[in-house]
Amino acid sequence: MRTRLSLTVNGETHDVLVAVHKTLLEVLREDLGLTGTKHGCELGECGTCTVLVDGEPVLSCLALPADLAGREIETVEGMAEGGRLHPLQQAFAELGAAQCGYCTPGILLTAKALLADRPHPTRREIREALAGNLCRCTGYTKILEAVELASLRTGVAR
Amino acid sequence: MTPAAGKHEFTVVGQPLPKIDAWAKVVGETRYADDFFLPRMAYGRLLRSPHAHALIRSIDVSRARALPGVYAVITGADLPRVKFGILPVSQDEEALCTEKVRLVGDAVAAVAAVDEETAERACRAIEVDYAPLPALMSIEEALAHPEVRIHEYGDGPNVHKNVALQFGDVEAAFAKADLVREDVFFYEGNTHLPMEQHAAVAHATPDGKLTLWSSTQTPHYVHRLLAKILDMPAAHIRVIAAPVGGGFGGKLDPFAHEIAACRLSQLTGRPVKIACTREEVFYIHRGRHPVLMWMKTGFTKAGDITGCHLKTWLDGGAYGSYGVASVFYTGVINPVTYKIPVYKFEGARVFTNKPPCGPKRGHGTPQPRFALECQIDKAAEQLGLDPAEMRKRILAEPYTKTANHLTVTTIGLGECIDRVVEASGWREKRARRAGGGSRRRGVGLACSAYMTGAGTAVYWNNMPHSGVVLRADRSGGVSVLCGATDIGQGSDSILAYLPAEVLGIDPKDVHVHPADTSLTPVDLGSYSSRVTLMCGVAAIQAAERLRSVIARAVATKLEVGPEALVFRDRKVGVPADWENALTFVQAVELAEAAHGVLAFAGSYAPPKRAGKYKGGGVGPSPCYSYSACVVELSVDEETGEIELHDVWIAHDIGRALNPLLVEGQVEGSVYMGIGEALMEGQVFREGVHKQPSMLDYKSPTTLETPDIHTFLVETDDPEGPFGAKEAGQGPLLPVPPAIANAIYHAVGVRCDEVPITPEMILKGLELRSRGKPPRVGPEKIPLFTFKEPVAVESAFGQPADAVAVRPFTP
Repeated sequence: MRTRLSLTVNGETHDVLVAVHKTLLEVLREDLGLTGTKHGCELGECGTCTVLVDGEPVLSCLALPADLAGREIETVEGMAEGGRLHPLQQAFAELGAAQCGYCTPGILLTAKALLADRPHPTRREIREALAGNLCRCTGYTKILEAVELASLRTGVAR
Repeated sequence: MTPAAGKHEFTVVGQPLPKIDAWAKVVGETRYADDFFLPRMAYGRLLRSPHAHALIRSIDVSRARALPGVYAVITGADLPRVKFGILPVSQDEEALCTEKVRLVGDAVAAVAAVDEETAERACRAIEVDYAPLPALMSIEEALAHPEVRIHEYGDGPNVHKNVALQFGDVEAAFAKADLVREDVFFYEGNTHLPMEQHAAVAHATPDGKLTLWSSTQTPHYVHRLLAKILDMPAAHIRVIAAPVGGGFGGKLDPFAHEIAACRLSQLTGRPVKIACTREEVFYIHRGRHPVLMWMKTGFTKAGDITGCHLKTWLDGGAYGSYGVASVFYTGVINPVTYKIPVYKFEGARVFTNKPPCGPKRGHGTPQPRFALECQIDKAAEQLGLDPAEMRKRILAEPYTKTANHLTVTTIGLGECIDRVVEASGWREKRARRAGGGSRRRGVGLACSAYMTGAGTAVYWNNMPHSGVVLRADRSGGVSVLCGATDIGQGSDSILAYLPAEVLGIDPKDVHVHPADTSLTPVDLGSYSSRVTLMCGVAAIQAAERLRSVIARAVATKLEVGPEALVFRDRKVGVPADWENALTFVQAVELAEAAHGVLAFAGSYAPPKRAGKYKGGGVGPSPCYSYSACVVELSVDEETGEIELHDVWIAHDIGRALNPLLVEGQVEGSVYMGIGEALMEGQVFREGVHKQPSMLDYKSPTTLETPDIHTFLVETDDPEGPFGAKEAGQGPLLPVPPAIANAIYHAVGVRCDEVPITPEMILKGLELRSRGKPPRVGPEKIPLFTFKEPVAVESAFGQPADAVAVRPFTP
């Protein structure tokens, strides 16, 4: 059974006609062409598919679009504003926090939610916030450093 | 700034630059294989066996074919009847099994349909009649049941490969020793777990040609084998490497999903995508071999090694894959680290009905490294020596050969040991065990070595292992074509940095094209830590050829000798007259006018240094990297829990072409070593994987990964591009033994097996409380007869050429 939905993604509203059981991950990737959101398990285990819903991290592989009408969904494609990278994106690129890059979108969004909540987190707080996002390449070191750098720069900008 | 005359100062090399693909990766623009959506594309699925070992009586696809939305259903009967495998000596795989399945997860049929759900429904409608056979799920079972044959080939019933090499008389060496230790170790298998599941898109076109985009670390080998498997000319097949979302060795074979996608595309006339599920990836595997090891080593009172004898048994799983190489790797690399004058190695790889093992990061070497480094720790204690000092005493000599005829060039291991000993406060921490209550703190040390590229290809040939074509034109831009595959380690960036360094331009001016077998010169693939060295040397050669043509044109214009010219800051000129230097664009225009189209090639093949004996082709490498590691941890004596505090690691990188990328490789290796040491295990129950999901298969998160302190040691190796060696694999190796040695320091329990669990710690403590040796690990080795060894004189200590002659160098 298909249902018509109105989804707000990265500030744009899309009308989609999708099967009711399709996950947000599938609708983003297959119906809206937003392939920046990746999948690692499709069972809610790895954090790779994380997006923000009203600013909170949500595993898009477990979320149903039917529940999200009227909510603000943000994917990695929505992080840069007007061609300017988000400080997290800038720091991740500069410090080599993205190796294969596959887990990067989910980690960037999780970190964005953390910094919105706590602009200057301790390393322990960053570790705890990112504990649900697996990365097999980096050993997390450069990821933690990049979040710290972005946090520092955000402070300076203010 | 005016460049100094006659002195080469690096401008790009050594800078912590972002990777050239970093920007695309942080905005979500990088298109991995599953991000490809082509017009009219069909979606494929594979039907996989639920039996670990069974004969296929019949397959009925008629119900599946009849389902609406199904475009094609194929079985092995729809493919040429040819077996394949990555190594010429192990041609034992079928994309879709025709007569027999050898593991849960073997593919038997494939479907292309309008969407994945329909394809999945069609798979369920396929009826396969199996006649189950007994499943052999361990080395012991496989050896105990010769009447059940998994394959009909090999070195005996269920024995894939049996090897024995001897370099000198080990018994005589043991007779000379003051201490002879015999230890048994077990290293559990584990899997790569790349974040990206394997995916491929095939597009057969009406002209009879075929293009495959795949998440592969080796487009060249896939290209070569597809020609055989599909019985088509290789010239009509194009393999394009999609950006790889993590490899670690798991994407180095040709796989059923790639082959099925190709055949389904040919039959449907549509592009076909097959994206594997996470569960399928656990069964595709090709990961770390479980290895049982027996090691006997003689030591003098001073700590010198008199000789070493190693036996290994590898649980290979159901197919050959890289397994013949894996067996050799469990034996041949240890000797490049320490002075081992006499050496004997016996190894066997056994077939079992489990997912095939293969080349995971460190390929066959972390297991014997664990054995050696734990055994040295035990010997140091018995001899009353400091483990760091003892290792420094016995380091292999630079520019010599090992007992097994491997050539060692530079060795920075002594400095690596010094760096981690100093940084970690090793001496003070070693002297007293700290900790309050039930928690005990300890530090442990281990070292390692790894090759920088395999000296031989997986199929014998005299052609380049890596090639680069460099093209420049009046835009001032330079394009690099190379078949190397960036799997996240940054090889595309290296291909931009090195020509930029040689030509004095910015890496941003260099465009690197992804590996594409129709466009890029052959590179063998991202394995054996070969890429930076091999494509790097080829890129430098191509860039120097381009530079000399540009220099000639500029020299004519400026009326100076070409040797006086310096390329720097996008300018070409004479340092003493830098204000009259030409821009790089002007210089290229002159060269293009004088020479015609500017396209130059570079080629690389390793020096031919294989030992002159059967089996001597596995192990030689242009140079070896070295690592030293100290781990500090706490062990809770009540719960057995292990908490890592810090890891200090120093790595002999030769030269850090980009320290940021090298650190990233080292940190990632340490992390993966921690997972192998403490939690990761590819284990089975009744033929089925016990934990084929990312939740159940434990891997370290941010909370289990401690702070990692990385130190880079530069030895400027004459074999490497600007002196560089590998970083992607070697630094994993010392981590598991350093952890085991730190646990011993903390609580006095010897864990001779990984992963080390809290249960093992508690068992060791209980043994201690009962007055028994507090050692946990395998108790026995199989009854097994190794081959009569190939006996060769030890080449230990013989001088080696400083720079060997390489093919394709003028």
